[in-house]
Amino acid sequence: MSAADRESFRRGVRLGLPFGAVGFMISVSYGVLATEAGFTSWQAIAVGGLVFAGSAQFASLSIVAGGGGIPAALAAATLMNSRFLAMGIALAPSLPGGPVRRAAQGQAIVDSSWALASRGDGTFDRWQLFGTTFPQYFLWLAGTVAGAYAGDLVGDPERLGLDALFPVFFVAILLAELKRPGARLVALTGGLIALALVPWTPAGIPILVASTAALLGLAVPETGPEPEVTA
Amino acid sequence: MNLSTTGVWFLVLGLALTTAFIKAAGPVLVGGRAMPRQFMRVVSFAAAPLLTALVVTSVLADGRRIGVGADTVGVLVGTVLLVCRVPLVVSAAAAVVVTAVLRAVA
Repeated sequence: MSAADRESFRRGVRLGLPFGAVGFMISVSYGVLATEAGFTSWQAIAVGGLVFAGSAQFASLSIVAGGGGIPAALAAATLMNSRFLAMGIALAPSLPGGPVRRAAQGQAIVDSSWALASRGDGTFDRWQLFGTTFPQYFLWLAGTVAGAYAGDLVGDPERLGLDALFPVFFVAILLAELKRPGARLVALTGGLIALALVPWTPAGIPILVASTAALLGLAVPETGPEPEVTA
Repeated sequence: MNLSTTGVWFLVLGLALTTAFIKAAGPVLVGGRAMPRQFMRVVSFAAAPLLTALVVTSVLADGRRIGVGADTVGVLVGTVLLVCRVPLVVSAAAAVVVTAVLRAVA
């Protein structure tokens, strides 16, 4: 790890802390809702620590809490997670090492770290990505533990408005993305595709298909490197 | 919930394995090959539509129905604050408070 790598990692940690703080509260909601649905505290915590993917966690939980089975819950989670496949393909050329090391590095992909580590030319700063994920992982786990054991204190996450956290978290990442030329048109198109598909497809599919709007990027005139992203 | 404690453990295991597999797939399958210029161009634009889709579906979709609720207003307030460069933690807290107050008075 070179000095530049360490600097990238530290910058990533700084960028990740605010997202980690909001993620903490989102995972508190998960811990509360999962134990309310009938998970033991350890099971809720195991999901937070082993899955660490909010949209997939909430999608699968809402299915089993509503009486659905394991296959349906796993299918919903996989659809929500399918965007990580696209992100992993994008990240791949920026990662070194053989299959095992590459697979391990891929585990660090979360939305915020992936989006912020993008240099705007298709390459990624992998140490910044690891740094951004690092505090978010531990805060996510800590929040899940808190929610799993303190559900009675928290009460109903929805009554408290905690469900508003999840979209705001993504808006914050998105606003950094929209600074580059052409990104607004691509984002708007993706949003419209997703909304158009909501009534017709299972949750997750609209998000995956919306990513095809990125093809519009081919029509955007190339400019210099994107402006520095600050969060 | 219709799952037994053992059933939930199977779900936990399934979620952990599928998520790890999906996150590993891209880096392993594509490898370290340099990709064509056009591919990199498309990739560099992938985040904006993915994130927008995540936001609009989590705010406006309830299953397969589209509608607005107290959380829609809360997220809107949070978004306006973020655009005005208010820090994320403060904007998120405002979104939560607005949503909770609207639900309380509704």
